[in-house]
Amino acid sequence: MNAPEKLTLKDFATDQEVRWCPGCGDYAILKCVQRLMPELGVTRENTVFVSGIGCSSRFPYYMNTYGFHTIHGRAPAIATGVKLANPELDVWLVTGDGDGLSIGGNHMLHVLRRNVDLQILLFNNEIYGLTKGQYSPTSQLGTRSPSTPDGSVDMPLNPCLFALGAGARFVARTIDTDTKHMTPLLRRAHEHKGASFIEIYQNCPVYNDGIFDYVKDKKTAAETRLVVEHGKPLLFGADRQKGLRLNARTLSFEVVTLGEDGVTENDIMVHDETSKPLAQMLAELKTPDFPEAIGVLFCRPEQSYVDSVYQQISTVRAKKGIADLNLLLREGHTWQVE
Amino acid sequence: MSVVESIPVREDPTPDSSSAVVRFAGDSGDGMQLTGSNFTQATALYGNDLATFPDFPAEIRAPAGATFGVSAFQIYFGADEVTTAGDDLDVLVVMNPAALITNLKDLLEGGLIIADKDAFTNRNLARAGYTTNPLEDGSLDAYRLISIDITKQVIAAVEPFGLSHKFAVRCKNMWTLGLVMWLFDRDKQTTIDNLNAKFAVKQDIAKANIAALNAGNSFAETAELPSGIEVYKIQKADVLPGLYKNTTGSEALALGLIAGGQLANIPLTFASYPITPASSLLHTLSAHKEFDIVTFQAEDEIAAVCAAIGASFAGSLGITSSSGPGISLKGEAISLACATELPLVVVNTQRGGPSTGLPTKTEQSDLNQALYGRHADTTLPVLASSTPGDCFDVAIEAVRLATKFSTPVLLLSDGYLANASGPWIIPDLNDYQDFHVVHETNPEGFSPANRDEDTLARVWAKPGTPGLEHRIGGIEKDFETGDISYDSDNHQKMTAIRKAKIDGIDRFIPEQAVSLGSTQGELVVVGWGSTFGAIHQAVKQCRASGSDVSHIHIRYLLPFPANLGELLKGYEKVLVTEMNTGQLVEVLKSKFLIEMQQLNKTSGQPFKIREIVDAIHSLLGGD
Ligand SMILES: Cc1ncc(C[n+]2csc(CCOP(=O)(O)OP(=O)(O)O)c2C)c(N)n1
Ligand code: SF4
Ligand SMILES: [Mg+2]
Repeated sequence: MNAPEKLTLKDFATDQEVRWCPGCGDYAILKCVQRLMPELGVTRENTVFVSGIGCSSRFPYYMNTYGFHTIHGRAPAIATGVKLANPELDVWLVTGDGDGLSIGGNHMLHVLRRNVDLQILLFNNEIYGLTKGQYSPTSQLGTRSPSTPDGSVDMPLNPCLFALGAGARFVARTIDTDTKHMTPLLRRAHEHKGASFIEIYQNCPVYNDGIFDYVKDKKTAAETRLVVEHGKPLLFGADRQKGLRLNARTLSFEVVTLGEDGVTENDIMVHDETSKPLAQMLAELKTPDFPEAIGVLFCRPEQSYVDSVYQQISTVRAKKGIADLNLLLREGHTWQVE
Repeated sequence: MSVVESIPVREDPTPDSSSAVVRFAGDSGDGMQLTGSNFTQATALYGNDLATFPDFPAEIRAPAGATFGVSAFQIYFGADEVTTAGDDLDVLVVMNPAALITNLKDLLEGGLIIADKDAFTNRNLARAGYTTNPLEDGSLDAYRLISIDITKQVIAAVEPFGLSHKFAVRCKNMWTLGLVMWLFDRDKQTTIDNLNAKFAVKQDIAKANIAALNAGNSFAETAELPSGIEVYKIQKADVLPGLYKNTTGSEALALGLIAGGQLANIPLTFASYPITPASSLLHTLSAHKEFDIVTFQAEDEIAAVCAAIGASFAGSLGITSSSGPGISLKGEAISLACATELPLVVVNTQRGGPSTGLPTKTEQSDLNQALYGRHADTTLPVLASSTPGDCFDVAIEAVRLATKFSTPVLLLSDGYLANASGPWIIPDLNDYQDFHVVHETNPEGFSPANRDEDTLARVWAKPGTPGLEHRIGGIEKDFETGDISYDSDNHQKMTAIRKAKIDGIDRFIPEQAVSLGSTQGELVVVGWGSTFGAIHQAVKQCRASGSDVSHIHIRYLLPFPANLGELLKGYEKVLVTEMNTGQLVEVLKSKFLIEMQQLNKTSGQPFKIREIVDAIHSLLGGD
C-alpha cells in the first residue's frame, strides 16, 4: 500500500488571486500557515478555516481546505457550531482586531471561556483595514483616522489580556513577518486541545503603516522584544544582558541588567507558562518602559467544551439506551379511545 | 355547621350540558397551572374533548395578592369537537380578591364562583382595589357563589402530616381541585399518581397534598355545598378512535423536530438563547440527548443562529429558536444562510410586541418580519402551525423544506400554541414518508455552485469529504464556480435563481384545502396560525345556523400554495382574521388583487369564537 501522498505548501494554496494590498502583513501570515500545514500532517478535507469580515477575514479563500467566510464578528459562534456538529474537524478561526474584539467581542469572550477547540488567529493591525482606516478598539490613544481626525480618545484594549480575562487556556503573541517565531508557535497552538488564542502583530501599510516597527526593526527589536519560553529566564537585549526582576512589594516587573548592582541570572524571573498571574503581567508589558512579550504567555489545558458536551451526551445515551421516538411519543399520560 | 354561603340567583343553568368552561385563578404561587393540568388529565380520561389555555403573568413571583400577579388556567371541555379554550366561563375558581377582580368580566351571568373566603382579608381586598368585600356586599348577585374557608379546611386536613404552616397552606390548590373534580365527576386517581411521582422523595408532602385533594372532594360530596349545586354532567365526546395524549404546541414542536431529523436521517444541532415564550423548546430538546441532537445555549441570539449555520455547514441540520425580538437579532445571519444557501430552521414563538411588549401573551405580529425582516432579496419559506398537535407536522415539514431546498425556513408558532394544550392522537413515525438527505461525495465535476436541476437546491458537501474542499461565504458567488464574483450580470443571475428556487417550492407542497365548508360561496374566513380553533368553531356555528361561510387556514405563507389565489376568487367575500393589525391581509391583497375584509385583535388574548361569529354575521348581513 502506498503511503499517503506527502502534501506541500502548494496543495494548501487555492487558485484565487490574493487581494490584499501590496506589502500587507497578511501575506506573510498566509505563507507561514500554508507552509506549516503539510508539516502538521493534517489533511485538507478535515481542515476548516472560518473567518468573519475584514481584510484578514479573506484568509479562507486562499486556503485549499474547507472554508467559511461568514459575517462580521460572528466567526467564533459559527466555528462553535461547526465543532459541535463535527468534533473531528480541525478548525482555524481567522479574525481581526475589529472583527474579533469590537463587533465580535462578546462571541470571542464566550468561545474562549467555553474553551472550544479552535486555533484563533487574531490579526491585530490596530485599525479597520477593510472599511478604509477607521480606528479600532486596539488603536493607540490619539490615533488619527477618518473617524477620529483629532485623535482617538478612548483607551485601547489589550487582546492577550482580554483573552486571559475571558479564561483562555492558551494565549500567545507573535509578529506577522517573523516566520521563525510564528511557525513553532502555531504548531503548539495546533497541538493544544481547547481554544488557542494567538495575537499576531500585523502591519497595515495602507492605513496604519509602521506601528509595529519598534518590535520588527532589527535595530530596536532586541530591546523591545521579550521572547518568552517556558522554564527560561525573562532575558532580552542585544546580548541578553537585560532581564525582568519581580518586585514582590509592588508586584511588578523591573528591568535590570545582569552584572549591574550585583544582579545575577538568579534574580531574573523564570517564565512559567502555567502561571496565569505571570501571563497577565507579561501580556501587559508595553514599550517604551518594557519590552513586549512574544511567545506562549499562557498554556494550561483543560477539557475542551465540545469534548465535555459529547461526554455528557454519551453518558445520557448509555443511561437511557437506544432512543426510540415512537416510544417517547407514547410516554407519560395516554389514553385509548375505541 | 355551615361553612358555605351561597347566593343562588336563578336556576342552575348547566347541570346537564354539552360543554363547560372552567378557569382556575390565583396568585402565581397558588399552583393554578398545576391544578389546571391535573384537571385536564382527568378530563381527558373522562372522555371529553378539550382545549386549555394557561395565562400567566410576566412576573415570576409577584407580591402576594397583586392583580398583576394573577395566574390563570382555563379549560374548555365537552362532548363536541373542542378547538379553543372557550369564550365565557361557566365556573370561575378564585383563590384571592385579585383573581376575582381580574377574571369576573369573563364569567357568564349565573355562572358559578368558587372562592377561598379566607383569602379575602382586608389587606388582600385593598390590594385588589375593593373597598368592601364582594363575597358579602351583594355585588356578585348576578352569579352563584360558593364561598368556602378553604385555607382553614386545608390546614385541618393536612394537620396529621406535621407540615409547617407555609407548606400546609400550599395544599390549597389540591383541596380546591378535589372539590372541582367532584363537581364534574372526574376521577382523582391520575392526580394522586402524579403527586406520588412528583414528591417521591418527599413522602409527607405527597401525602398531605393527597389528603387535601380527598378532603376537598369529600367536602363537596358530603353535601356541605348549598342546595342547587350538583354534579355537572358533561356528555362525553365522540372523538376519533386512537391512542391519545395531551400535548402543548411546544412539546409537539420539539418532538416534530426530532422526528424531522430522523426522517431526514441527519443529526440536529439546536442552538438557542432563552426568551419567553420560546425557551420551552430549548428545555425540551436539551432533555433528549439520547436522540441524534446536540443542544447549545449560546451567549445571545446572534451566536445561536450562527452556531446553527456553522452546524449546517458542517453537515448537520442547524436549528435555532427565539421570539420576535431575538429573531430581529438573527436577521443578518439568516441572510448569510440565504446567501450561502445552507439549510437552517428558524422557529419564532411569537409574543405580543413591539420590543418586550407582552412577553407571556400571544400575538401574530411577526408575519411581516418573517416574510421581509432581513436586508436584501432574501426570500425564504415561511410556515405556520395552527394547533398544538399540528406543531409536530409543521416541524417535520420545516426540516423537509430546509434540507430539500438548502434554505433557511421560518416556522411561526406563538405563545398561545406553545403553552396551550389539547388531546392529540399520537402519531406513528412509521406513517411518515422519509426524506433522507444525501450529502455530495463525488469529486467528479464538483463545484460548490452545483444545483439540483429540479429543486434548484445548492449541493451540500460537508467538511471531512475528500476532494470536495471548497470555500463559501457572504460575498456574491460565481454562478458556475462558486468563487467570489463582483460581476454585475452574475449578481443578477444569482439573485434570480435564489428567488426562483424559493418560488418553485409551491410545486412541492400540497394545494390549499378548505378546512371547513365549500370551495366557493358567499364568504370565506381566512386565517393562519393559532387562530385555527376559534375560526373553526365560529364557521361551524354559523354554518349550522344556515350561513354560507367557509374556512381556509394557510400553513404555507411563503410561497403560497399554487391554487390559493384561484380558490379565494371563488368566494364573494373574504375575511382575513389575524392577531395583528392586518399583515396577511395586505400580502394577500397585493398578491391576488382581491378586495378583502379584515378582523384583527391585538389584546394579547386569543380570539373568542363570538368575536368571529359577530364579524361573519355583520358581513353576511345576518342577525
Ligand atoms: C454588520 C457589519 N457592520 C459593519 C461592517 C463593515 N466592516 C467590514 S470589516 C470592518 C472592520 C474590520 O476590521 P478588522 O476586523 O480589524 O479587520 P482588518 O480589515 O483590519 O483586517 C467593518 C467595520 C460589516 N461588514 N458588517
Ligand atoms: S488595507 Fe491594510 S490590512 Fe487591508 S489589505 Fe490593505 S494593507 Fe492589508
Ligand atoms: Mg484590523
